[in-house]
Amino acid sequence: MHRTWPKPIEGSWTEHYPVLGTDPISFEDSVSPEFYELEGEAIFKRAWLNVGRIEDLSRSGTYFTKEIDIAKASVLVVRGLDGQIRAFHNVCRHRGNKLVWNDFPRQEVKGACRQFTCKYHGWRYNLEGDLTFVQQEDEFFDFDKETSGLDGVHCDVWNGFIFINLDAEPRQSLREFLGPLITALDNYPFDRITERYDFVGDNNSNWKLFADAFQEYYHVPSLHPQQVPSAVRDPNAGFVCAHFQCEGPHRVVSTAGARRWTLPMEAMYPIERATRSGLVGPWESPDLGELPAGVNPGGVEPWGISNFQIFPNIEILIYGGWYLLYRYWPTSPSSHRFEATLAFQPATSVRQRVEHEVASVVFKEFALQDAGMLGGTQAALETGVVREFPLSDQEVLVRHFHKVVGDWVDEHRLAEMEFGS
Amino acid sequence: MIRTLPTKFADLQPFAETWCLATESERWGKRMASSMNDLLAFYNVAFPRLEAAVDYCDQYPLDALPEDVTNLLHLVYSLILVSMAVEIFGQAKTVDSADAILSRIKEPLP
Repeated sequence: MHRTWPKPIEGSWTEHYPVLGTDPISFEDSVSPEFYELEGEAIFKRAWLNVGRIEDLSRSGTYFTKEIDIAKASVLVVRGLDGQIRAFHNVCRHRGNKLVWNDFPRQEVKGACRQFTCKYHGWRYNLEGDLTFVQQEDEFFDFDKETSGLDGVHCDVWNGFIFINLDAEPRQSLREFLGPLITALDNYPFDRITERYDFVGDNNSNWKLFADAFQEYYHVPSLHPQQVPSAVRDPNAGFVCAHFQCEGPHRVVSTAGARRWTLPMEAMYPIERATRSGLVGPWESPDLGELPAGVNPGGVEPWGISNFQIFPNIEILIYGGWYLLYRYWPTSPSSHRFEATLAFQPATSVRQRVEHEVASVVFKEFALQDAGMLGGTQAALETGVVREFPLSDQEVLVRHFHKVVGDWVDEHRLAEMEFGS
Repeated sequence: MIRTLPTKFADLQPFAETWCLATESERWGKRMASSMNDLLAFYNVAFPRLEAAVDYCDQYPLDALPEDVTNLLHLVYSLILVSMAVEIFGQAKTVDSADAILSRIKEPLP
């Protein structure tokens, strides 16, 4: 038996957004090399992309690089002497060498420095991207150091999340892009939730397929039966989400949450009872005080989790007192790099740290089940035998996500055609 | 290297050399390389001591754990990871994880 929640007046979440339709959808967008190329141009070179948190650049001179394969970009993000965070294309202006890297040019790096020096001919750039030293400068012709600084990448920060935009001139400011659904989290205290467990894994599936798996909970009882101990496991269990909402290219789903310690003993694994932590994190987290209403836009009571999917490739899952962040970086039509972070309020005792460790361990076990299965989804979709796939109302966000991706690609195609004619 | 546990936990000392591991990456590697018998041998002795071990570590400030207490905390972390195999999956490797990998690349200390 699962709990039901009221649906919109139209009778379903899907029909509440008529533009989505209710027809079966195609996953051609997740196997086609041509579509992948278009996504690079239409989406990853246009949308604001989250590449990190301000805590990753804690003081002047700290930097990291971000490889964005699908946009053929390597971006250097650095905090300048003035405290400002800036982003640059990671390319030396002299002969085009990658400016910041260690032993492997395609591997991301991070560190701290006073300036950047190209390995090749020793050109130097300051933390603000200006070219400050050229070896034998007088041997160059009509050369102007002033205009030969690093190529800038648009960079802005929202609530501590660092975003970049690879477009020459972004069509929207970051705040316009995020829109009301996400900026309703303006005052959420992410800056107090800074104890981080970061994960990365290369996955054999299209980036959208992994995002799809985290946009619905319909798969949970089937793929993750072990989330419930066998003594209380119902083989026909379903799961119904309390609230779905789409706004612009972004989405949110909220689920209700039982207070863990009110569940019967047999509904918990021994390790969960012993540590008072587990699947949905620590049973109790320090109170964050009053939170913005935007955290729970559907007013779900009792509220459990809100999973915000910020287009194109990140998800922020806000739990009571902590959050999870996922990013999906496409690396080919059939692969992507998955990044995940669990962030907690810094532990003030061993007991709290143990609670965080348990949550991080449980998270990995079940994320591995999603990651493991998706290679099978990718392989079967590539056979091209089945071309239309039905989606239930619980999968409305999957429908919305693929629709938005298609719309951005179509818009780009149209603009190219007009430009070409 | 001898990883000494507090004398109160001398009964867990036989597991210290194998399971006092400072990073998740090492602990994960050890779990994957262990037989179910190895995991059960550790779990069956250590799990009943888990709450006492956490209580013991919790007497000290998180940023000033003596070395033997840090060792005990690392043993607790290993026990958490091993409990997944024993309590949930009945095998060392996550059920249905196929060829997937997920590496923990950042974690707080200790």
